[in-house]
Amino acid sequence: MIRDMTIGQYFPGKSALHRMDPRAKLVLLVVYIVMIFLASNFWGLGLSAVFLLGTTMLSKVPVKTLLKSIRPLIVVIVFTALINIFYVDGNTLVQWGIFRITDKGIYTAVFMAVRIILLVLGGSVLTYTTSPTDLTDGLERLLSPLGKIRIPVHELAMMMSIALRFIPTLLEETDKIMAAQKARGADMESGGLMQRVKALIPILIPLFVSAIRRAYDLAIAMECRCYRGGKGRTRMKQLHLGGVDAWGILATSLCLGGVIALKVLLPSTL
Amino acid sequence: MPQMIETKDLTFQYDIEGEESCLVLNGINLSIEQGQFVAFLGHNGSGKSTLAKHFNAMLLPSGGSCMVLGMDTGDEDKKYDIRQSVGMVLQNPDNQMVATIVEEDVAFAPENLGIEPKEIRRRVDDALKAVDMYEYRHHDCYRLSGGQKQRVAIAGVIAMQPKCIVLDEPTAMLDPKGRSEVMSTIRALNRDLGITVVLITHYMEEAVQADRVVVVDDGQILLDGTPREVFSQVKLLKSVELDVPQATRLLYRLEEAGIQGLPRGVLDDEECIEVLSHYLEVHGCR
Repeated sequence: MIRDMTIGQYFPGKSALHRMDPRAKLVLLVVYIVMIFLASNFWGLGLSAVFLLGTTMLSKVPVKTLLKSIRPLIVVIVFTALINIFYVDGNTLVQWGIFRITDKGIYTAVFMAVRIILLVLGGSVLTYTTSPTDLTDGLERLLSPLGKIRIPVHELAMMMSIALRFIPTLLEETDKIMAAQKARGADMESGGLMQRVKALIPILIPLFVSAIRRAYDLAIAMECRCYRGGKGRTRMKQLHLGGVDAWGILATSLCLGGVIALKVLLPSTL
Repeated sequence: MPQMIETKDLTFQYDIEGEESCLVLNGINLSIEQGQFVAFLGHNGSGKSTLAKHFNAMLLPSGGSCMVLGMDTGDEDKKYDIRQSVGMVLQNPDNQMVATIVEEDVAFAPENLGIEPKEIRRRVDDALKAVDMYEYRHHDCYRLSGGQKQRVAIAGVIAMQPKCIVLDEPTAMLDPKGRSEVMSTIRALNRDLGITVVLITHYMEEAVQADRVVVVDDGQILLDGTPREVFSQVKLLKSVELDVPQATRLLYRLEEAGIQGLPRGVLDDEECIEVLSHYLEVHGCR
């Protein structure tokens, strides 16, 4: 289960998408999200899906790897779909006590599910093609104007990159602790919900202790390497917008225009 | 030329509220020349790691002084000059990586120093080449082996272009292969780049490779000399629960058993074989 977590994992490569400026990618991701929420019928959504497919092909990230990022969210997707099936009014297809399924309900449920999947996949394309450092670097610079109103942008970006850096380490640690507790006879698979939650305590406590110890070590290591906050710090990788970014912006704008046109010209699903 | 590291009557104590203060270091007088390879030995709690943390101003002496290249570690203005001159590598390689990608982690220290991007690039490449990890520069730190991670950590310190590196049990968490990788990297840095090396360890085989061995016990320096001098004191080392290399121990046991005329302070297996075969020849057993 833990092994399947792919959020925040980078798939190294040299594709056009990998070479894009992280700032441009972040802004374009926001545009993409807006685009998906603007799409009010399957045509618009379809165009977004084509756009996503195109970027995936360009990024050379295997589709299978990309699809893995949906797995942790299946529950959310199914839950949203179920709610929509039962709550949206329309022509009744099946009546079942107080539950009834309508044609429009099913339509909306599928629409919502596709929307969430496209959102998640879009985010994953970004994290797969951008190293966490580039990502936080991009965020830090995009948000740097907020520093003027005393928001500690550098510190937040540093926290985020360290968190991303430690995700795999802590997951591995969790696996180890689980195995160790199982070896001592801990039962994690049976019992009701409360019992299972209680069974997590002997895993979480050692995990927290170890995380705090690691944080202490890391702080020492950072101080040894002369870390003293964001002031006077330079970066090895300079960000600059180039040709790839221009093409990316162009493609995304065209797609956004297409989605808006489809929204205006064709009837809405919702 | 100033000494790389010089301590005078260095003491260090922890003050715990409501309890007696705990004296960890008690009058350390030490002087390390530039370019030396010094190993510090001592069992757990002997104070060797605490001493090492004084060398780059991570800890400040409670009494006495610690000078690095003529700079007092107590001088707040010199703190970052000292940390840049004396890089430190810690035991757990996982806990000292800041970035996810190898080259970005190595760039962390020079970025903190506010160096020009082009110069950082050059330093990162040089540092990675020095530890023989250049081909891995785009890799994910998390997927490297323990020995490789520790070499990246060393590169991360080398990128500051320090005069000295202090390694606090860098091999304690590694397998034998990783251990020998890290040791040969350390030796190469000392030999080829002339970097002063302070190696804290409890592996005798590693201490043997140094120019000088300092044994720390109970916050004081017990022995200080070449590996040969230090390891010939088998009895004294045993009394502080330290081991000696196997070859040394074998000859010591033979001497205890009544065999006269064997040399002391033999360090490696080859030499031991030579000594024994010579002994057998002289006594006509061959």
